[in-house]
Amino acid sequence: MTFRQASWDEPLIHELDNGRRGLTFVGLLEEFRQLMGELSIPPSILREEPPQLPEVSEVEVIRHYTRLSEMSYGVDNGPVPLGSCTMKYNPKVALRYAFDERLQLIHPLEPEDRYQGVLRALYELQQWLAAIVGMDFCSLGVSAGAQGELAGVLTVKRYHELKGQTDLKTEIIVPDSAHGTNPASAAMAGFKVVEIPTAEDGNMDYEAFRAALGPQTAGLMLTNPSTLGLFEERILRVADDVHAVDGLLYYDGANLNGIIGRARPGDMGFDIAHLNLHKTFSTPHGGGGPGAGPICVKDREVTNGVRLKDLVPGSFVYYDEKSGLYRLAYRGPASRGSLSHFLGNLPQLIWSYVYILSLGPQGLREVGEVSVINTNYFLARVLGETKGYSLPYAKGRPRKHEAVISASPLAEKYGVTAEDVSKALLDAGFYAPTIYFPLIVKEALMVEFTESETKENIDKYVERLKEIEQLAASDPGKLKASPVNTSSQRVDAVRASHPRTVTPTYRVERARRGGKELVLR
Amino acid sequence: MEHPWIPNSNPKTKAEMLKAIGVSSPEELFADIPKQVIITEERWNSLPIGAGRPLSEVEVSKRLDELFNDIKPLKAPPFAGGGVWPHYVPPAVRSIVERGEFLTAYTPYQAEISQGLLQALFEYQSLIADLLEMDVVNASMYDWGSALGEAALMAVRVKGVNRVLVPSVINPFHKSQLEAYTWAKGITIDTYSVSLETGYADLEDLKAKLTRPASAVYIEFPYTFTGVVDVNVKAVGEVAHDAGSLFIVGVNPIAMGLYKPPGELGADIAVGEGQPLGLGLYMGGATLGLFAVRWDAELVRQMPGRLIGMTVAKDGRRAFAMILQTREQHIRRSKATSNITTNAALNAIAAAIYLSLLGRRGLRELAEAIWYRSHYAAQTLSKLTGFVSPALKGEFFEDFVVSAPLEYETLWHKVLERGYMAGIPLSRFVDWAPRNWGLLSFTELHSKRDIDSLINVVQEVSSS
Repeated sequence: MTFRQASWDEPLIHELDNGRRGLTFVGLLEEFRQLMGELSIPPSILREEPPQLPEVSEVEVIRHYTRLSEMSYGVDNGPVPLGSCTMKYNPKVALRYAFDERLQLIHPLEPEDRYQGVLRALYELQQWLAAIVGMDFCSLGVSAGAQGELAGVLTVKRYHELKGQTDLKTEIIVPDSAHGTNPASAAMAGFKVVEIPTAEDGNMDYEAFRAALGPQTAGLMLTNPSTLGLFEERILRVADDVHAVDGLLYYDGANLNGIIGRARPGDMGFDIAHLNLHKTFSTPHGGGGPGAGPICVKDREVTNGVRLKDLVPGSFVYYDEKSGLYRLAYRGPASRGSLSHFLGNLPQLIWSYVYILSLGPQGLREVGEVSVINTNYFLARVLGETKGYSLPYAKGRPRKHEAVISASPLAEKYGVTAEDVSKALLDAGFYAPTIYFPLIVKEALMVEFTESETKENIDKYVERLKEIEQLAASDPGKLKASPVNTSSQRVDAVRASHPRTVTPTYRVERARRGGKELVLR
Repeated sequence: MEHPWIPNSNPKTKAEMLKAIGVSSPEELFADIPKQVIITEERWNSLPIGAGRPLSEVEVSKRLDELFNDIKPLKAPPFAGGGVWPHYVPPAVRSIVERGEFLTAYTPYQAEISQGLLQALFEYQSLIADLLEMDVVNASMYDWGSALGEAALMAVRVKGVNRVLVPSVINPFHKSQLEAYTWAKGITIDTYSVSLETGYADLEDLKAKLTRPASAVYIEFPYTFTGVVDVNVKAVGEVAHDAGSLFIVGVNPIAMGLYKPPGELGADIAVGEGQPLGLGLYMGGATLGLFAVRWDAELVRQMPGRLIGMTVAKDGRRAFAMILQTREQHIRRSKATSNITTNAALNAIAAAIYLSLLGRRGLRELAEAIWYRSHYAAQTLSKLTGFVSPALKGEFFEDFVVSAPLEYETLWHKVLERGYMAGIPLSRFVDWAPRNWGLLSFTELHSKRDIDSLINVVQEVSSS
């Protein structure tokens, strides 16, 4: 079966402007105009020129965006084995309830007694997530994984502030295999970031970690399993070490899918964890969001009766025994501000509620188990049947949710890079792996099938990798020319970001066409 | 346990795969996890997760229907805003964003197979750019408040002063988010006065506050907790620039159909909430952070978030790609302009479809429909005994403050018992409002009959 993606020369919506009407509100005006006369708006703030929005009929708008969707690719189209992204199937029954019309007109400041059923669902979701990660309290009002990280490091910061040790606790330790969000989040909370190298056995280099650890350590951010798909074997010792200097352990839940049902961060000594509902709990990624990144914490004392959960800068639902009602709080009482607008991304939360209900503990354990079987089955085949791909770090150890293989053998022998491999995979109708990440692996191809992918598709993927290996030797030019079956050939990334040609909006393009020189310097 | 969403949970398939791996049981694949932290199957299955067992789709549907049927419907859409508003959600928008090609796609890191997604996001950026008259718009933030938080952090990076000025009537939810985003960096948030008579910014107070430097001066346009559209907005920007500060303008995008856009007001950074653009309320859980800057290299390079740009492919055809990525966390790590990764992309696409349907005239009609409704309501309410409406005399758009002859909280609850949500009791959320003030909002979803019914109920409960 050959893959061919649609390749429309679809104009921009602005270029389709033909003065026709799409959505109109004209019928809503006359009655009021008769009562009130003409609008009167202070001239100093009146908009004189209407914005240059295109005018197109509804059918043209629908066809335009339908054609654009035909040039997009998601899990519903085929495998998306993007490492660290956990692109699993997004069940349709969840879609139905997540965007249910009964939720569409509920205002967040309506009193809680009017939608107890919804709050009950959210309360239960909090309890379930807490049980899944072995924590005591969860806040759902966090919009994404990175915001969950920020909520987490702000909790760490506040913990030390309340203990009067802000000036002492200045550093956060992060392994070099971590996602870039970890150091970025720590920096946003005003911490200095200390990176620890990865040892040959795939664990964080313990000696380097010990050397970096000290009274100045505010906490450790750890992704476990790591981005190499490897479980941190010394986690219990590491946790004791961090706690010994009064640091907190932060669990990055990006890779929870590989151990769900087998081990819980709370049991490993972590104090704070964020979860990516758009990874482990099947919320669709929507081409980049919205997601949801609840954070969960242990119920431990900070100082003078203040508990760790009181520090969380995010909203949550609680049960108020006095009134017998589920209620909403916008932030922990000892936090400084809240990252949540109201209670978080409701459709995404409902989506995960449906997912967990549908699977139950037994199904979630199966999720972890099959995602790990899929990874190791893929590895067994690709390492057993090819020479072009190697497996750096911890040879022989099973991987969990994902594996990072290297195309270095192909690159060294034939000059075929990880990028070439990824583009050649696109041509076969597979979304490419995450490439050149983690940074510690040369020519990295990071592959995560999740529990959703069929054995047949994993087999086809391996066959394609073998085919690419053969092409690298026989016809590398063909690989360099790929992709050809996708909507577009390789794009000019240099031109895309060059100060003279960078075009972030049609407004800039229009101005340039009008003769204006727009250079970004 | 075999499950329909886990194809290889089929026992025969699983056995074949385990054999190919060379292990006799799945446990061997978890052997490197320390024994002390392994959770047994029995213990795990006894944890309070879901219903304790997998539910079939029929059971799940019944449970969700029960929970949702418990929602008490209002007799008219809520007459309430405060940063998110009840607006029409066209089925045309939903039908596109529920297509799997968009809904289930990842961030478009692989440009060649994601051209449609990239173009849709580029169009979102372009439509917002035209709406705001700002040249550069990112591919979205989570919501208005987080966009404001990032704008403040950005202003401090550019100007280097740990102080930002906000209006006294700032949206309290946004202010809480702003504090959460900035406190750990030691940034001080100070306020400048807004008159509670006119609703307009006090320029003399702002000048006085700026005798000490600040990296940015922020204004809402319109103010979300008074509804006032400030005629001093341009002057606020001039005072800010004279003092060497950046000028950040926060907007309700639909108001841009009638009022001057941030680009004409001298804004360096514009933020706002895209929720009104066809997303629905969902208890405030369907948001879209707008973030834009003017054409300036330093501002663009200090921007947070993802940017999509137009370029060409190898064969010379037009193509789209993520651009200026060296600002971002996956490349710059602790030196990145922000940690943001996942944003609100699908909501941005919804907003793009919505704006494409509206067009120039649709936007103007919508804004007028809203202006008429709020002004009709304000005028009608002013005729009730003891009411001052609007309580602030300045220009207003979608929301306005009303002063009632009784505690607004009391009035509000009584009106709710009759099936209408009469806005927001202000003093519950802000310290500057008297206890008899409420914030009411009117949109295209409210018919004249809805408004008249509300006002009748308000009259009844306040005279009884």
